[in-house]
Amino acid sequence: MQKIETPLSEKLIKSLKAGDEVLLSGVVYTARDQAHKRLTGALAKGKRAPFNFKDAVVYYCAPAGTPEGRIIGACGPTTSGRMDAFSPFLIKSGLKIMIGKGSRGEEVSRAVKKHRGVYFVTYAGCGALLSKYVKKAKVAAYGDLGPEAILKLEVKDFPLIVAIDASGRSIYG
Amino acid sequence: MRTISSKKITDVVADLAQEANIHLRKDVLLALRKACLLAGNARAKRILKAVIDNANYARQEKLAICQDTGMPVVFLELGQGVRIAGNLYKAVNRGIQNGYQKAFLRKSIVSGPLLRGAPKFTPGIIHTDIVGGDRLKITVLPKGFGCENKSRLKMFKPTDGIDQIKKFIIDCVSSAGPDACPPYVVGAGIGGTADYACILAKKALLRKISSDGTKLERDLLTEINKSGIGPMGLGGGATALAVNIETYPTHIAGLPVAVNISCHALRSASKIL
Repeated sequence: MQKIETPLSEKLIKSLKAGDEVLLSGVVYTARDQAHKRLTGALAKGKRAPFNFKDAVVYYCAPAGTPEGRIIGACGPTTSGRMDAFSPFLIKSGLKIMIGKGSRGEEVSRAVKKHRGVYFVTYAGCGALLSKYVKKAKVAAYGDLGPEAILKLEVKDFPLIVAIDASGRSIYG
Repeated sequence: MRTISSKKITDVVADLAQEANIHLRKDVLLALRKACLLAGNARAKRILKAVIDNANYARQEKLAICQDTGMPVVFLELGQGVRIAGNLYKAVNRGIQNGYQKAFLRKSIVSGPLLRGAPKFTPGIIHTDIVGGDRLKITVLPKGFGCENKSRLKMFKPTDGIDQIKKFIIDCVSSAGPDACPPYVVGAGIGGTADYACILAKKALLRKISSDGTKLERDLLTEINKSGIGPMGLGGGATALAVNIETYPTHIAGLPVAVNISCHALRSASKIL
């Protein structure tokens, strides 16, 4: 299986095709509903994002608590569709790479195609298993959101499936 | 009268909350193993294997099966001959708090549905049935919201046919599509009132997955598994593991039907006191 590392080059992103399975290593930022809302509000007002999401991989995830002696608790993907209202704006603002579960709306597919991004899905409902691939985790921003805070994760061989590729083709048809 | 202390209830709810979130139900695991064995395409088989590996890893490492440790739904079957020493609902919520905290489960509950705010472990949802006898049965069902968001209710006309009801249930599953972690367990409630049909649909998820359901349940399962959604929505014959339907008498003017879908991580645990 192909191994890829962050930051993902434009060339690499373009080479990925819907349905391809890859293993990702590098840095991933978690962000879901409330973080998306807050991030969008900040950018719309001309403020800076609390992390440089232009080259970043954003993972729709709010992990369970971290048991003692572990790096992170269960940390699977949440339903991506809830982020559809925010994603086209964020993609236009520079976000290219997203990880979640499930299908996306037309507008997101179009934005991914236009800005040459990629939307990955990972094993849904497998949060315990996915915690094995996280090597470091710390709060990067919005700590007051609790589990919905933006976390900076370092992952190793995190399993992904390309769900929407840079040409806008979707695995869900 | 038999007395049960609120302390005992708190402790049992705490244990059940942990058990449900960490140990996948045996019947669900068996159904997943069967689906994995029967999976025709390699990707579906691989995904189902990951789902089974996840359940085993969670049990072995005492981790939550899924990061969404749900909104805890607690069903109480309280015998008329039981006296509770202390406050029953406070005891249940304290149990949720203790269990979730101890097992490092997720704070997913916001106190204001509109204002949101910082998430907490509680409150849960408590459904109480008063029954005969002097026992108390407690069931904890941590319900993830990826699948809860796909719930539906439709008030059919009393003259509507079974085919229309079947179509509604199948459409619910189709519209959930890949989003709510298939293979699903589909709970449906038919009859009662609008509110009661919804409770029946949720209770249907507590029933053990078995192959000896009613003809309606078996027919629906066959139809749903022809949809091609499959594990993670990436194709295959395992879109649902089971369809469980509960029914209740209803009014001459109506026919409520509610659907409550569960993701493959259908978690619940019970104890009788």
